[in-house]
Amino acid sequence: MATVEVPYQETVPLHHPKTWIGKYIFSQDHKIIAVQYGITAMAVGLVALILSEFMRLQIAFPEAGFMAFFTADHYYQAITMHGMIMVIYLLTAFLLGAFGNFCVPLMCGARDMVFPFVNMLSYWVYLLSVIILMISYFVPGGPTGAGWTLYPPQTITQGTPGVDWGIATMLISLAVFIVAFTMGGLNYITTILQARTRGLTLMRMPLTVWGIFIATFLGLIAFPALFVSAVMMLLDKFLKTSFFMPAIVSLGSKLEYSGGQPLLFQHLFWFFGHPEVYIVALPAFGVISDLISVHARKNIFGYRMMVWAIVAIGALSLIVWAHHMYVAGMHPSFGFFFATTTLIIAVPTALKVYNWILTLWRANIRITVPMLFALAFVLTFIVGGITGLFLGNVIIDIPLSDTYFVVAHFHMVMGVSPILAIFGGIYHWYPKLTGRMLNDTIGRIHFYFTFIGTYAIYFPMHYLGFIGVPRRYYETGISEFYPVAAHNLNKFITIAALIVGVSQILFIFNLVHSYFKGKKAPANPWGANSLEWCTPETPPRHGNWEDRLPTVHRWAYDFGVPGEEKDHIPQTVPRRKAS
Amino acid sequence: MTDTTLSTQESIFTSTARDWSSDMTTFKGVPWGKAMMWIFLLSDTFIFTCFLVGYMVMRMTVTEAWPVASEVFALTVWGVSVPLLLIAIMTFILITSSGTMAMAVNMGYQRRKWAVFWLMLATALLGASFVGMQCYEWSKLIIDEGIRPWGYAPDHDLGAPQFGSIFFMVTGFHGLHVSVGVIYLITVAIRVVRGKYDHTNFEIVEITGLYWHFVDLVWVFIFAFFYLW
Repeated sequence: MATVEVPYQETVPLHHPKTWIGKYIFSQDHKIIAVQYGITAMAVGLVALILSEFMRLQIAFPEAGFMAFFTADHYYQAITMHGMIMVIYLLTAFLLGAFGNFCVPLMCGARDMVFPFVNMLSYWVYLLSVIILMISYFVPGGPTGAGWTLYPPQTITQGTPGVDWGIATMLISLAVFIVAFTMGGLNYITTILQARTRGLTLMRMPLTVWGIFIATFLGLIAFPALFVSAVMMLLDKFLKTSFFMPAIVSLGSKLEYSGGQPLLFQHLFWFFGHPEVYIVALPAFGVISDLISVHARKNIFGYRMMVWAIVAIGALSLIVWAHHMYVAGMHPSFGFFFATTTLIIAVPTALKVYNWILTLWRANIRITVPMLFALAFVLTFIVGGITGLFLGNVIIDIPLSDTYFVVAHFHMVMGVSPILAIFGGIYHWYPKLTGRMLNDTIGRIHFYFTFIGTYAIYFPMHYLGFIGVPRRYYETGISEFYPVAAHNLNKFITIAALIVGVSQILFIFNLVHSYFKGKKAPANPWGANSLEWCTPETPPRHGNWEDRLPTVHRWAYDFGVPGEEKDHIPQTVPRRKAS
Repeated sequence: MTDTTLSTQESIFTSTARDWSSDMTTFKGVPWGKAMMWIFLLSDTFIFTCFLVGYMVMRMTVTEAWPVASEVFALTVWGVSVPLLLIAIMTFILITSSGTMAMAVNMGYQRRKWAVFWLMLATALLGASFVGMQCYEWSKLIIDEGIRPWGYAPDHDLGAPQFGSIFFMVTGFHGLHVSVGVIYLITVAIRVVRGKYDHTNFEIVEITGLYWHFVDLVWVFIFAFFYLW
């Protein structure tokens, strides 16, 4: 095929706004949208963090006077909102909305997303979904307290907090979020597939882009299940249909429902819910791969294997969902099937972990703040992944179901790990985004508080789970299986959680302070190779590149190539002719 | 002979792989909007799949008898009860509209703007008449046969209450898609004759067509599952 001289990517005119509002509020620039996504996600994440601190205080000091205001209803509402916000409105929105928007066009050498206007709408619809979710706290009865999985029938029967209004705001907010995600996700995928620059083949893309690509793809086929279940549950609640509601006696009277199937909701929910774990994990994998390679000054070990592992994990994640339902009353042979697929998914995941470790082996590791977070991610992910193998087995899962072991597992693997990846990514890309370096000392203090603190929180929870302490209990007295030691452990966990929570102020302070007073950042402070570090200006202007888009000649991982003068060769440097 | 066949096959695979993973674009000659529409339709497929799987689960698990489709959906013409008459007409109309849409796409690539306009308008009119007939069908089911989203009117009990629930939900969601499609068709048709796409290859007509054919295809499945099962 003849080479196209001027590619379409270069001829597309950009919409350059003249007003301040057009530039920074209703902006169509992917970098501004990334910041908007990031700030909104962090703000709503802080709400969820505060809710979790209230929960911890209640668990540790149920009798204390200062917790008297915190009723059981508040506790269940806090559990629900904390889970939903963290999983969807913080992690998904941050990893795909913020990192996706920032990294995809820059790393693909594009001027912007393919449809910037749709991209802008995506953010504003996301903001709308967050607002609807927050309205939950101001409607009569408050937000729903059904647990973040929203299992029927209890979600829409009397006795659950927020059954009148809270559940409606929750479900509508989720549906609106899915609309926002679809608009953004279509943009990311189309940009990655159709708008790469010269020379950037799929197998030269940085792993961050690969992770975002497959995660977005998963989102586009998994979120529909959540959308459908939200619609059906709204109809069950307000039109009294019986999709999920069986004939049921509640508070002494027979409800008007009959013949529904509660398990259908669980299947739909987890067909979304399990891929959701990988929607969060895959971008984190990608970011960590890039961080480790850059800061260890060594090419990523087994790049092709890493790519295919991401693809394989993505594909497998669609057929493992019912491992969340071993105790739900499905047919036992389903358990056999889903346990098998769940354990198979450990193979590509383990490949990735081995490759990270082999990348670090005999590397010229620079212990920068992003590298600290990347190393912490690998450690945390190993812990969370291995406990996942326990829970993937039906016979081990059944005694551990609904104990703190489960809480510890999923917080390690999809709570702390992606958060560490997000922190690492922020410390890594902040200089490019703002043109200022983040304060290194504050960054290190923040890292040690967060890393050691989260281990202090979640490691003891495994033991609580082993002795059978059930999760989601508002208050537990002292009993045979709930000894004084467990209470003391809970107090310890709560104190650690408070310290970790407060230490996040350091991070926010660092972000704000460095934006105004930080050291000026050079164009490529880490000596990285991928395209975002090759922009003509730092921070990149609207449109990212000069009149001509950059040309890529190599992959993003040429570090320490033998016989070269510099220890890193950016993707835009031509390959030398073989002599 | 076998050797050449094998090597041709290999080259097809390798060249496809090379094409897909090459630089700039994965799908050669595919405009951004068209690629995006295909991906959106993939996502939308999963929405309808989830709805239809929900329907199948309902059919399998309800405790009461499911109403007989050919009786519920019959139309009485001159005193004779004809099963599925209205649905047959609706399906015919929707498939015809796919035909006019395909002709519009063809005219688009020939840059015959007014032909595109009239054909798209015809498609939109057929779509609107489909929605109109669906309104008639719904009102007949609700008023005459006493079927409600939550079950049945007091003296019309036909069996499982999920029948009306899932029927109104899925056909309603599909009807919403058709209605959005009608608005989309009219908007694009007007913009075509106004010359908004003169600098392009009129691929927007094909993109609109993709959506319309998709809605049509979904109807075929809904028709099979709800009316023939």
